[in-house]
Amino acid sequence: MTTWFIRRLIQAVFVMLAMTVIVFVGVFGIGDPIEILISPEADQAERLRAIMALGLDKPLWEQYLVFLHGVMHGDLGRSFVFNEPSLRLIAQRMPATLELAITAVLLSVVVGIPLGLYAGLYPDAASSRAIMAGSILGFSLPTFWVGLMFIMVFAVQLGWLPSTGRGETASLFGVQWSFLTVDGLRHMILPALNLSLFNISLVLRLTRSGVRETVLMDYVKFARAKGLSPRRVIFVHVLKNIMIPVVTVVGLQFGSTIAFSVVTESVFAWPGMGKLIIDSINVLDRPVIVAYLMMVVLLFIGANLVVDILYTVLDPRVRLEGR
Amino acid sequence: MSAVLDRERVETPFRRFVSQFSESKLALLGLAVMVLIILAAIFASWITPQNPYDLAQLDIMDGRLPPGSVSGGGFTHLLGTDDQGRDMYSGILYGLRISLIVGVGSAIMAGAIGSSLGLLSAYVGGRADSAIMRVVDLQLSFPAILVALIILAFLGKGVLNVVLALVIVEWAYYARPVRGTALVERRREYIEAAECLALSRSRILFRHLLPNCLPPLIVIGTQQVARAIALEATLSFLGLGVPITEPSLGLLIANGYQYMLSGKYWISFYPGIALLVTIVAINLVGDQLRDVLNPRLQR
Repeated sequence: MTTWFIRRLIQAVFVMLAMTVIVFVGVFGIGDPIEILISPEADQAERLRAIMALGLDKPLWEQYLVFLHGVMHGDLGRSFVFNEPSLRLIAQRMPATLELAITAVLLSVVVGIPLGLYAGLYPDAASSRAIMAGSILGFSLPTFWVGLMFIMVFAVQLGWLPSTGRGETASLFGVQWSFLTVDGLRHMILPALNLSLFNISLVLRLTRSGVRETVLMDYVKFARAKGLSPRRVIFVHVLKNIMIPVVTVVGLQFGSTIAFSVVTESVFAWPGMGKLIIDSINVLDRPVIVAYLMMVVLLFIGANLVVDILYTVLDPRVRLEGR
Repeated sequence: MSAVLDRERVETPFRRFVSQFSESKLALLGLAVMVLIILAAIFASWITPQNPYDLAQLDIMDGRLPPGSVSGGGFTHLLGTDDQGRDMYSGILYGLRISLIVGVGSAIMAGAIGSSLGLLSAYVGGRADSAIMRVVDLQLSFPAILVALIILAFLGKGVLNVVLALVIVEWAYYARPVRGTALVERRREYIEAAECLALSRSRILFRHLLPNCLPPLIVIGTQQVARAIALEATLSFLGLGVPITEPSLGLLIANGYQYMLSGKYWISFYPGIALLVTIVAINLVGDQLRDVLNPRLQR
C-alpha cells in the first residue's frame, strides 16, 4: 500500500513536471507579449527597459529555469496587467470557483443518484423515460447555451433569481464565501445548476445502469427472499454496491468541472479564476495563464489521487490486491 | 414480374443497413433534419435575403429589430436583426456554414490522424504502441475544453487555430477504439494472407485493416462532429474562436448575450436553437448508427 502510494505520488510529480515544460514552451515560446504590453509610442530605451524588467531578453532555457525555480517557491511571476503576483491573483479568485464547482458536484450527487435510482428501479415507467430523455439533453446541450437560457427564463422573464455576480459574501477563515449568505446562495443557484447539468446526467445514467445490473444479482434476490424491507434492500444492498463507480466518476469529474467553470463563469459573470483566465488569454497575460494552468493541473492530479485512494478504501477487493 | 421481385428481395449489406437504420423513426427524423441543415448551409446565399458579411448590405438603422419587422431594404426580418442590423435568419445560415465546416473538417482531420495512429499502434505493437497509447491516456484524462484552452492560449485566436485545437483535442478519441478493433482484426486470416503475399505495410494497413475497422470509426466520427460543433461554439462564445467578421453560431450567440438582459432575446435565442437542432440531429443519427453497426447487437 505504501509503495503503491509512493509510486503514485512520483508519477503525479512527473506529470506535473511534464506540464510545466509543455505550458512554458507553449506560452513563452509562441506569441509575442512585447507587442501587446509595451505601447507602440515607447522609444527604444523604454522598450528595452520593459523587456529587461519582464525578463524577456534571456534565452528560453534560462527563462524556464527561472520559471521552474519560481514554481518551487510558489512564485509564478507577476501579472503583466495587474502587476501583482499571478499566484496571488489566482488564489484570490479560487474560492469563488471552488465553491461553485463543489456545489455543482454535490448537486450532481443529490439530484443524480435519486433520479438514477428511480429510473433504474422502474425502467418502463413514463417518468423514467422522461428522465432518460432529459439526461440525453444534459449531455448534448452546450453548457453556455443552457446558461443563457437560464438567465433568459429565470432572471429576465420571471425575475426570480439574479443573473450575474456573486452577491453578498461572508468571511470564513479570512476568505470571502457566497454560500454563507442568503443573497450569495441565491446568486449561486443558476450557475451551480448550469455547471452541474452534465454531471447530473452522467451520475444519473451511471446509477441507473448500475441499479439495473445489481437488482438481478443473487444476493439481492436472497435479501428479498429473506424478507428484508424493500427500503433496506435498495439502500443497503443495492446502493452500497453501485457507489464505487459513482464515487470514481464524481471524483474524476471534479477536475473537469473546474475546467468547465470557465464557461459558466463567463456566462454568469462569476468572478472566479475561469473568468480571469479568459481575460488573461485575451491580453496574453502569460504569468496568469501559466499560474492558472499549473493550478488546474495540480487540482486535477490531486483529485485523481484522492479518487484512487478512496477507491481502495471503498472496495475491499482492491485493498486486498495491494497487499 | 418475378425478376423485379427477386431483385428487391436480394439482401445486400447496404440494404440491410438501410432497413435496420429506418427502424427508428426518431433517427430518420434526425437524418432528415441533418440533411436539411446541410443543404440550408450550402445554399445559404440563395435562400437568404441578405449577405451578412457584406457590410454594404447592412444598415445600422435596422439594428436590433424584433422578429417580423420590415427592414429599410424592403424585406421582412423573420428572426429579427442583431446590433449591426444583420438579418438573423441570414446570419444563422451563414454561421451554420462556418460551424459545419469547422466541425466536419476537424472531425475528418482528427479521424485521419487518430485512426492512422490507432492502426499503426495495433499493427506494430511493442514500444510504439505503448508510447502512442500513453499519450492517448494522458490526453483523454484531461477535459477537452482545458486542452483546447491551453492550445488557444499558445496560438491565439483564428479559424485555423480553432480547427487545429479541435484536431489535437479529438484525435485521441479515434485512436483508442480503432486500435481496439484493429487488434482483433489483425489476427484474422486475411491479414496473414496479405502478409504472406508480401504486400507493403501501408497497403495492409489502409487497404486491408482499415476497411474492416470502419464501423466504429463511422460511429465515433458522427459523435465527434457534434462534439466539435459544440466545442467550437463554446470557444467562439468565450471569444477565443472565430473572428468577429465571420461569425459562427457560437459568436452570434455571444453577440446577443449583452442584449439578453434587456429582453432582446432573439439575437441569442435563434442561433442557439439552430445550434441545438444541429447537435441533437447529428446525435440522433449517431446513436442509431451505433446500434446498427454494433456487432454485439447484430441480429
